[in-house]
Amino acid sequence: MSQAILKHFLFKGGVHPDDGKSLSASCPISEPPIFETYSVIFQQHIGAPPKPVVKKGDEVKKGQVLAEAGGFVSAPVHSPTSGVVSDITEVIGPMGLASKAVIIKADGKDEPDYPFEPIKNWHEISGSELKERVGAAGIVGAGGAAFPAYVKLSPPPEKKIDTLVLNGAECEPFLTADHRLMLEYAEGILEGAAILAHILGLKTVLIGIENNKPDAINKMAELAEKYDGIEVVGLRVRYPQGAEKQLIYALTGRKVPTGGLPMDVGCVVQNVGTAFAVKEAVVDGKPLFERITTVTGTPVVNPGNWRLRIGTPISKVLELAGGVKLQPGKVILGGPMMGFAQKTLNVPIMKNASGILLLAPEEVSQYTSDPCIRCGRCVDACPMNLLPSTISSAAENEAFELAEDYNVMDCIECGCCAFVCPAHRPLVQHFKRCKAEIIAKRRKK
Amino acid sequence: MSEELNSDNKNIEVSNIRLPETDKLVVSTSPHIHGGGSIQKIMLIVIISLLPACFAGVYYFGISALLVLLYCTVGCVVIESLWCHFQKKPQTWKDGSAVVTGLLLGMNLSAGVPWWVCLLGSGLAIVLGKQLFGGLGYNPFNPALVARVGLLIGLPKIMTTWVIPKNFEYMRSAGGFFNAEQLKHLDKLSNGTVGFMTNIDSLTCATPLGIAGTASGQNPFAGIQSHEALTNYFWGNVGGCLGETSAVALILGGVILLAFRLIKWHIPVAYIGTVAILTGIISHFYPSLTPGPMFHVLAGGLLLGAIFMATDMVTSPMTVKGALIFGVCCGVVTTAIRIWGSYPEGVSFSILFMNAFVPLIDRFTIGKPFGFVKKEKAVSK
Repeated sequence: MSQAILKHFLFKGGVHPDDGKSLSASCPISEPPIFETYSVIFQQHIGAPPKPVVKKGDEVKKGQVLAEAGGFVSAPVHSPTSGVVSDITEVIGPMGLASKAVIIKADGKDEPDYPFEPIKNWHEISGSELKERVGAAGIVGAGGAAFPAYVKLSPPPEKKIDTLVLNGAECEPFLTADHRLMLEYAEGILEGAAILAHILGLKTVLIGIENNKPDAINKMAELAEKYDGIEVVGLRVRYPQGAEKQLIYALTGRKVPTGGLPMDVGCVVQNVGTAFAVKEAVVDGKPLFERITTVTGTPVVNPGNWRLRIGTPISKVLELAGGVKLQPGKVILGGPMMGFAQKTLNVPIMKNASGILLLAPEEVSQYTSDPCIRCGRCVDACPMNLLPSTISSAAENEAFELAEDYNVMDCIECGCCAFVCPAHRPLVQHFKRCKAEIIAKRRKK
Repeated sequence: MSEELNSDNKNIEVSNIRLPETDKLVVSTSPHIHGGGSIQKIMLIVIISLLPACFAGVYYFGISALLVLLYCTVGCVVIESLWCHFQKKPQTWKDGSAVVTGLLLGMNLSAGVPWWVCLLGSGLAIVLGKQLFGGLGYNPFNPALVARVGLLIGLPKIMTTWVIPKNFEYMRSAGGFFNAEQLKHLDKLSNGTVGFMTNIDSLTCATPLGIAGTASGQNPFAGIQSHEALTNYFWGNVGGCLGETSAVALILGGVILLAFRLIKWHIPVAYIGTVAILTGIISHFYPSLTPGPMFHVLAGGLLLGAIFMATDMVTSPMTVKGALIFGVCCGVVTTAIRIWGSYPEGVSFSILFMNAFVPLIDRFTIGKPFGFVKKEKAVSK
């Protein structure tokens, strides 16, 4: 087992943008200093908001719980450093919305007080106990959606899970955080994978990595030989190779049914970053309060990869990277295909912040959109086999039911269609609107 | 909230570190990068792919062919510009689609048509074919074909008067191409070729399809589908619309379109294949009804229609399955009109006819989304 193989299933569609990864791929992960303040948003995940357990004026230590999980689909939040809670207020989050956050004034001592002990002998511990630890450590998907890992590890009993898929594809252009993590912490990722497999009670772990990271594939495959059942697979370089459904298909040939979840085809998918966080939570007894983030883009003076505490404002992160050499056209949290454009630099780093990407004004896709000329490029590019052009026309006419007929709810918002559209139509924006309208309507019923 | 977080980041200078000015940042939905394609680029490549056939037309029909192309192209661009001006809409001629329409219209006319026919056709194409429906992207029918068919119905005499090609000697021996009066005119040309600058108003001939539509008697198609005749059709040395005659130039254009992925092979192959197979079967069993498949593919406007007109993005289906259905149906209608219709040629009519079905075809050929399962619940492996 555990050897890089080249054979895998090829999904339909997709695009191949310039990956821009060379800007930061060779930069080792750096440790930033402790900053003065951190603003930790409570809602770091999809699901129920957590319940704050600190108040203004409280002293907190690094790793101390700031808020407890507010339900089954929820996750606690931990303090990124030691200091004083200077305020609990609203700050602008990555989506541009005001979110409740704890403002922590750091004391610079960075004293830890973790809420649990390391578990070195995890092999001998029951899966459910380890799963509780994953939940208590506040681990959420590191790849983007920030879904609580605890929930993914708790499939209903009628779903037979036989495969753990680890996502090391990092198909978004420019991002290299997972790449560096796999190079520098391969051992930890693999141990995390083994812990996850132990929790799920399964033998097969497939780690998918795009072939543009041969060094990461080699390193991971070499170390994976020590583990039974963990296999590293080199994947075709094609965006969106790291999209959950496309990744499962590439590695197993199974198609997640429309409207379904990976567990419907016996899979659980976790990001390599999530696996590493699981290892830290279990073996080191450390809750999730920091992550690896790429800071990159042509305007950045020193692009690189940093281990950032959650709550770090992106202005401070950009200072770490030496600032900018030219005024960027866009500041994006995440990658260029699915990330979120920012209007303020006060936005804090969250548990799913895979990158901060700055684009030069000329790199920013900014056009007036023309009418659809029905060239069909979006149809060819759509990895979900939808008709983006038709759906967008329906959206323009506010015919949301028609859009639903055309399966807009299956759209994964990967952006391939808009990337190739010669008329520069804001297709993804149309689909997001359709989905929001349809979901709102379903709720009313 | 701390002072620092409250403050605006505009123009922050921390020990000479420059940070982005936030008021200059663009905020929009993902994706934030674009592949670089544009309508203009697409139209430019289409124009380039049309040029070989245009050159062939000018080579075989002389300066008058060049003038027809020029009148049509300039006519379309000017009329589009005027339309936008008077409608107070943004100017759209720069997207290049009017140039494509103009070139295609010119290629669908005889080299001998007067300038006012070109302008009339341009007006039909741009106004009736495109702008009345809302402009590029909204037109259900191919604008150039709307103009061609409009002219054909309104001015049948002018639209079916065909200029003789450069080397017409083989046509004399084939028989059927010229009537007695036309032969009299030809005799004035001593060396058997037409000069580039010759005034060709009176030098006219029939088209192979025209002859096929009227020929009768024993072995009626021997002359028009002889090896020599087919070879001339292949190079483009035959009467007809100035842009449709040269098979080799049209195929070259098709290769350009395929190479740049502006068309898929499905429509041309399904279209041409259907015509070839149907005429092959029919001519095999009824050899006196119609000539063979090679004749039908090379003579007339099939290649121009199948490669450049039926594949028009706006007016053809988007899915692969739809493209195949569209191509096959175009082929069936073309064959039927050519053999049994009252017009000798049916390419324009059949494409326009099928254009009307495109929304229907699109609707019934929607692909199933990735992971689609019928109502029953998915079974985990």
